[in-house]
Amino acid sequence: MTGLHTAYLLGLGDDALIYAQRLGEWLTHAPQIEEDMALGNVGLDLLGQARALLTRAGEVEGADPPRDEDALAMLRDEREFRNVQLVEQPRGDFAHEMARLLWFSTYQAELYARLVDSADETLAGVARKAVKEVDYHRDHATQWVLRLGDGTEESHARMQAALEAVQPYVAELGEDHDAARWAADQGIGVLPSTLVEPVTTAVHDVLARATLTVPDAPRWHARGGREGLHSEALGYLLAEMQHIARSHPGATW
Amino acid sequence: MSSTWPLWEVFVRTRRGLSHGHVGSLHAPDAEMALRNARDLYTRRQEGVSIWVVASEDITASSPDERDSFFDPAADKVYRHPTFYDVPEDVEYL
Repeated sequence: MTGLHTAYLLGLGDDALIYAQRLGEWLTHAPQIEEDMALGNVGLDLLGQARALLTRAGEVEGADPPRDEDALAMLRDEREFRNVQLVEQPRGDFAHEMARLLWFSTYQAELYARLVDSADETLAGVARKAVKEVDYHRDHATQWVLRLGDGTEESHARMQAALEAVQPYVAELGEDHDAARWAADQGIGVLPSTLVEPVTTAVHDVLARATLTVPDAPRWHARGGREGLHSEALGYLLAEMQHIARSHPGATW
Repeated sequence: MSSTWPLWEVFVRTRRGLSHGHVGSLHAPDAEMALRNARDLYTRRQEGVSIWVVASEDITASSPDERDSFFDPAADKVYRHPTFYDVPEDVEYL
């Protein structure tokens, strides 16, 4: 079942890779240079996780010739990416990013806390390192959601609007799929649906402290990312991210 | 917006250091965020194990105009340096 094992690792790695790319877009666009650095740091943490996870995915896949992290990141097409649609959405305003980061980092924190016991030793190692990184991402998002939510009338309204905008992309994080079911059975992975309760509770706690309202359940929600179905945004993101690697195959410096 | 965030001075204690040293300054909306920004800006390469931030406006500094009266009078007082003691030969690590 190397296919499902690979697919599970790609899901984890692609979430980190694609979100790292989005966070990198904040450099020179954040409200302050200090925040450029903070979001850049978060992105680099995620990129580090992505490298280890994609390398492991390539090993498990055992293709001939083998695909390394670069081949997997730069030479796959849109339909082969297995990230959730939350991370590929275009960068909104700063409040949108904090809403997305709060959900995603809380999800990752709960996920990695369980993956430290994975039967896949490499994955467990990645998780052990990532737990501390993600803890900081979550703290950063929390600090900002608290300040914007419980700030001025303007910041409160914009933070609330951002939460509403992100809400349709949250449910996908907790949806089970074939690769995750298999990985959970093998003691390699975590069943996403088991994360829903702790993640939701933690995020809602932050929202309450920030005087924000939990958005109503959305009528539509994103799905399909784990099977390679994506929104329009991913194609543009990949075009930018992959263009150098594809224009100059094998280039190094 | 940049003009509305106050300035903070950052002090970092290195892994083997005994005291916090001034490393620079940054902007942040409040002390908690200043601490986090300091972590991102000044400890990226494991420079430290502890950080202090102090609002720049809370620091009272000596003025360059006072330099002569503040510091020059100490220049000719060599007896303030502990260099006039005879150290017994069998005292190590002094």
